[in-house]
Amino acid sequence: MKFNNKIAISDSGFIFDPTTGESFSTNPIGLEIIKLIKEGKSLDEILTFILEKYEVTATVLSKILDEFITTLIQLNILIDE
Amino acid sequence: MSREQITVATTGLNNIDNPGPGIPVIRGLRESKSFKVRIVGLAYENLEPGIYMHKLVDKSYQIPYPSAGSEAMLKRLNYINSIERIDVLIPNFDAELYTFIRSSTRLQRMGIKTFLPTLNQLEERSKPFLYEFGKKYDILVPYSRSIFSEKDIYTLTKDFEYPVLVKGKFYDAYVAHSPEQALIYFRRISSKWGLPIIIQQFVQGTEVNVVALGDGKGNTIGAVPMRKLYITDKGKAWSGITIDDEKLLKLTREIIGKTEWRGGMELEIIKSKNKYYLLEINPRLPAWVYLAVGAGQNLPEALIKLALGMDVKPMEKYDIGKLFIRYSYEMITNLEEFEKLTQFGEL
Repeated sequence: MKFNNKIAISDSGFIFDPTTGESFSTNPIGLEIIKLIKEGKSLDEILTFILEKYEVTATVLSKILDEFITTLIQLNILIDE
Repeated sequence: MSREQITVATTGLNNIDNPGPGIPVIRGLRESKSFKVRIVGLAYENLEPGIYMHKLVDKSYQIPYPSAGSEAMLKRLNYINSIERIDVLIPNFDAELYTFIRSSTRLQRMGIKTFLPTLNQLEERSKPFLYEFGKKYDILVPYSRSIFSEKDIYTLTKDFEYPVLVKGKFYDAYVAHSPEQALIYFRRISSKWGLPIIIQQFVQGTEVNVVALGDGKGNTIGAVPMRKLYITDKGKAWSGITIDDEKLLKLTREIIGKTEWRGGMELEIIKSKNKYYLLEINPRLPAWVYLAVGAGQNLPEALIKLALGMDVKPMEKYDIGKLFIRYSYEMITNLEEFEKLTQFGEL
């Protein structure tokens, strides 16, 4: 799983794909997760980080994270290797 | 730096919901760093908004429709030129290009320069011949066929699967999902634009467009790709954004290089599963050309330089993620202005 380096992300959570002209928005937690992916953190590390920071169970977070990662791959923001 | 004073005549002042490229071209010329431009507007209809945009258009003249023939057009231009001393003429409608290209030598003798595609370039990229164009230049083009009568619609399933695109020779295109729909669109388009009607295989994907300028020697002077963000019910871009697509630019340079394209052009392309299908080449600058100006490539100015025989260096950079958003706007004008144009053919 690699971050698509062409994608531009602003601090407000606005995401722009310059290749297609498409833009998306994410909330602060989504932005935080994307930043962690960009830093090269593994899924387990991200899971641990979020669990420590927010009130959420591991089961729920794991499901949400999976869905979020799938969406990012579908939108070409992440490249599935 | 002092700017050279020139007079440019242009058509396409119909800045309406299906806009002609005249006003965006003029806006580019007004921002020229090399020229101080006097604009002479050439209008077919007396309610083309550009006629009344006096900050953009210095003087407007009505001209005869291309259907009146090139002699009528040249006679009128001769009169206008006797007053205005036109340096460069930029036609902006597909339907008038034949007249202006055929007349370019006579215009040159009048002192009016143009920078247009050759008749051969115009013909071979025309919708009825685009599929053959693709084969000749090794460019992916969806299969298409010209039809001349309603009964031909019922023979389409031999070569096509629905949906198909039903297109007019110059303008209009509709997606038909059945022979019944194709028949409706055949009648609608042919009653307006005549025959043939072009049937083109529909390719599912994302439409992307490129505005470009070729120097006639195979060089791309400028090219800016754009994706439409909002499309009107007439299929026209109401907003769009510049994109970073090197493959698309490579395809553009390939087309200009192989055809030695001369003048402005717009490529309409469908990107489908990482393949690029050429849907149309419009042989002139499009109505969204001002986006290219805003993104850093003043293509109308470069076109003028080419027409004047000046050396123009290719522009390779442009701002990515630059948007255009159209808007509608009411001008208030006096009846006297409308009267003057209607009665005397000039304003």
